[in-house]
Amino acid sequence: MNLFLDALAWLTDPANWTGPGGIPTRVLQHLVITFAAVAAAAVVALPTGVLIGHTRKGAGVVGAIAGAARAIPTLGLLTLLGLALGIGLEAPLLALIVLAVPSVLAGAYAGVQNVSTDTTGAAKAIGMSPRQVVFQVEIPLAAPVIIGGLRAATLQVVATATLAAYTADFGLGRYLFAGLKSRDYAEMLAGALLVAVLALVLELLFAAAQRRAAGRIAATARPDDAVAPPDSPQEKELV
Amino acid sequence: MIEFETVSKTYPGHPAAVADFSLVVPSHSTVVLVGSSGSGKSTLLRTVNRMVEPTSGRVLIDGEDVRERDPVALRRSIGYVLQHGGLLPHRSVIDNIATVPVLNGVPKRQARTAATELLERVGLDPKVGRRYPGQLSGGQQQRVGVARALAADPNILLMDEPFGAVDPIMRRELQEELLRLQSELHKTIVFVTHDIDEAFLLGDEVVVLREGGVIAQRGTPAEILGAPADDFVRDFVGADRAERELHTTEVDGRTIAVDAAGRPVGVLAS
Repeated sequence: MNLFLDALAWLTDPANWTGPGGIPTRVLQHLVITFAAVAAAAVVALPTGVLIGHTRKGAGVVGAIAGAARAIPTLGLLTLLGLALGIGLEAPLLALIVLAVPSVLAGAYAGVQNVSTDTTGAAKAIGMSPRQVVFQVEIPLAAPVIIGGLRAATLQVVATATLAAYTADFGLGRYLFAGLKSRDYAEMLAGALLVAVLALVLELLFAAAQRRAAGRIAATARPDDAVAPPDSPQEKELV
Repeated sequence: MIEFETVSKTYPGHPAAVADFSLVVPSHSTVVLVGSSGSGKSTLLRTVNRMVEPTSGRVLIDGEDVRERDPVALRRSIGYVLQHGGLLPHRSVIDNIATVPVLNGVPKRQARTAATELLERVGLDPKVGRRYPGQLSGGQQQRVGVARALAADPNILLMDEPFGAVDPIMRRELQEELLRLQSELHKTIVFVTHDIDEAFLLGDEVVVLREGGVIAQRGTPAEILGAPADDFVRDFVGADRAERELHTTEVDGRTIAVDAAGRPVGVLAS
C-alpha cells in the first residue's frame, strides 16, 4: 500500500511533469512509437489480409505464419535485433511491428472472408469490377472486424512499447527501466500505471470507432453477417 | 433477342450441368426456364451475363457473342434479380437502387432522384428509400431488387428465382406487379423458377427442363398443359392433378368450372 501511495506521490510531483523526461513528453513518445508500429504493420498487413480474404486463397499458409509470429517472444526478438542494429529506435520499432502484424492481418482477412458470398456475388453480377467489389462492398462490410484487428494490435503494442526504452531513451518504459536500476519502485509502478491508463484510453477510443463502423451496417444485417472480432489481445510478457 | 447455341457447362468431376442447350428468347417477351434443382436452369441464366462461362457453345445477345463483351460492361447493361435480393446491407435502399447508374457515371443526386421514382414504380413508398435492406421485409427487399435491376434501363432482365423466398401471398403480389411492369416496359425477360404455376403465370413461353439442362418441352403454357410431351412433363406440370382437370356444370343458369375432385374453381364468363 505504501508503494502505491509513493507511486501516487511520484505521479503528482510537479517536477515529474516538466522537461524532456517529464510525463507529457514520455506519453507523447510512447504514443508516437505505438502508432508508428501499428501504422507500419497496417501498411503491410491490411492489403495482404484483404487480398487473402477476397481471393480466399492462402489463408492457411498466412494463418500459420501469423500464428507462429505470435509465439515469438518480443523481448527475445528485440534483443536479437538490438544486437544487430545497435542502440536506437529501429530495433524496438521492428519488434513491435512483428508483434502487431498478426492481429491486423487476422482482422483483415477474417473480416473480408466473412462477407457473405451472396452479397459479393450479387455485387459482381450487377456489374461491379473486382476492385469495386473490394472497395465498395467487402471493406465497408468488414470494417468492424478490421478495426477490431487494429484494436487488438494497438493494445498489445502500447503495452509492449515500454521495451523501446531497452535500447533508446524513449517512451514510458524509461520509468520502468530507470526505476528498476535505481530500485525506485514507486517510479516503476507509476510508469506501469501510466501505460495501463494509456492502454485503457486507446481501448475506449477503438471500441467507440468499432461501434460506429458496426452501427452503419447496423440495423441491417442478417444474423449470419455478425462476426466476432478475430482475436482478443493475448497476454504477452511485459518485461 | 438472346440466343443459346448448343451451350454446355461441365464442372470437373461432375456430370454435365448443362448439355447442348439451344434456345432463342425473342425480344420483349418473357421466357421462363422451369425445372427442379439440378436441371441447370440457374447455370443457363448465368451464362447470359457471363457469371458462368460455357464449356462449349455460345450465347448471343442481338447477334453478338457475349464473350466479345467486357464482362463488367455486359453485366451493367443487363438487369439481374436474385432470390435473396443480393442488396448491399451497408447502403440505403435508394443507394442500392442507384448503384449501377452511379457506377456508370450518372451524378449521384440525379441517380437518387431516378431511384426514388423507381421505388414508386415497383409499388413502394418513397420513404422506404432511406431505410437499410435489413430493415425491410422479404417482399420489400425483392421489390427493391427489381427496382435496382431496372435502374440502368436495361433491355434484358435476368430473374433467378426472385420470388422463391417470400410467402405465397406476397409472391402472388410480386408476380402481379411483375406482369404489370412488363406490360408497360416490354423487356426481354429470362425468368428461372421451380414453380410451374409461376412459370405458367408469367411466361409467354415456358421451357421445361429435366436433369442436366435437357429441354423436355417448350411452348406456351397452353401448349404444354394441353399436350404434355411425355410422362416427365405430364408429371411436372401436374396435368393429372385433380385441380388441372376441369369440367363444367350448370347451377342456376350459370356455368361453373369444377375440378376433378368436384371443387368449384370459378364461373365461366359469358
